[in-house]
Amino acid sequence: MTTATSVGALRSTEFIAGAKATFPLIVGAIPFGIIFGTLAEPSGLSALGALAMSLFVFAGSGQFIALGLLAAGASIPIIIATTFIVNLRHLLYAANLVPKVRHLPQRWRVLMAFGLTDETFAAVSSRYLRRDDIETAHWFYLGSFLAMYGNWVLCTAVGVALGELFPDMTQWGLDFAMSVTFIGMVVPYLTSRPMWAAVIVGGMMAIATAALPHKLGLIVASLCGIAVGLSLFMLEKRKQQGLENRV
Amino acid sequence: MSSAELTLIFGMFVVTFGVRYVLFGMAGRIHFPAWLSSALGFVPPVVLTAIIVPAVLMPKGTLWISPYNPWLLAALFAFLVALVRKDLLTTIVAGMLAFMLLRFGIGL
Repeated sequence: MTTATSVGALRSTEFIAGAKATFPLIVGAIPFGIIFGTLAEPSGLSALGALAMSLFVFAGSGQFIALGLLAAGASIPIIIATTFIVNLRHLLYAANLVPKVRHLPQRWRVLMAFGLTDETFAAVSSRYLRRDDIETAHWFYLGSFLAMYGNWVLCTAVGVALGELFPDMTQWGLDFAMSVTFIGMVVPYLTSRPMWAAVIVGGMMAIATAALPHKLGLIVASLCGIAVGLSLFMLEKRKQQGLENRV
Repeated sequence: MSSAELTLIFGMFVVTFGVRYVLFGMAGRIHFPAWLSSALGFVPPVVLTAIIVPAVLMPKGTLWISPYNPWLLAALFAFLVALVRKDLLTTIVAGMLAFMLLRFGIGL
């Protein structure tokens, strides 16, 4: 009885900690969600369609790119294929998290997969950086996911409503909120020379490949940055091992 | 909601959830070599940077490196704030204030 209560308490502590750790990222997502809702109807997606997309797809940048393509008159298969390409980065996030989910039943994995966003990945990764115990970590994940999800759907609804009230809101430049959020997420990673090199190469290649169709440049640039970072990391490791062998 | 919208949303759901679930679903049956795990550590910051840089340097679709580009100036400011403070919320608020000031305050 006592054990059950303390496990329950531990779970709710983790759940709340997950929601709290995601809070700064949620603040960054608020304008993003509102703008998505606001832009939906001018781009040719109905109010109900915008809400359904946030409820069932739940992918910020994927949804934005879909709106851009809808507005440009792209066909449905092209939009779906582009969403797939843009979301490939989640495959890499998932690969990173596999050691943390493989002990869980399928129903948990389905739920966690649905909630795997950039923000929850960032919040959960920093939880695992601090503590690598995994018995109750999925409750932390659930707290992060539900806070993010509730906020995203709510902000979409607010945006749809605002878009009907103030049709000129899209001129306010709130798109910058996404960039500034991502900047705040990247900087804590910049702790080694290979990481700096990877990020600089990735950024420069993103400009060089910006003209590629279907946002393919994002994938090409990322792969270039990762390849450079990994090569430098391997070289440094080999050099270190060489020095150790000499001593 | 039209049937075209239903198809679009269903298709986007399938590819988004599919990518997110495939590795979780097969967890334990796929093993990554050490170099691949190291590579994955670079993924989040590199992908995010590859989204940020064009958004900031090409806000209107063409390259715009200039002291009159408010996206670039506010992003550089946010970057410095993040390096000094290492706090996400501070970075977001400082960056957004800088952007609003440049764009709507002095009309860049």
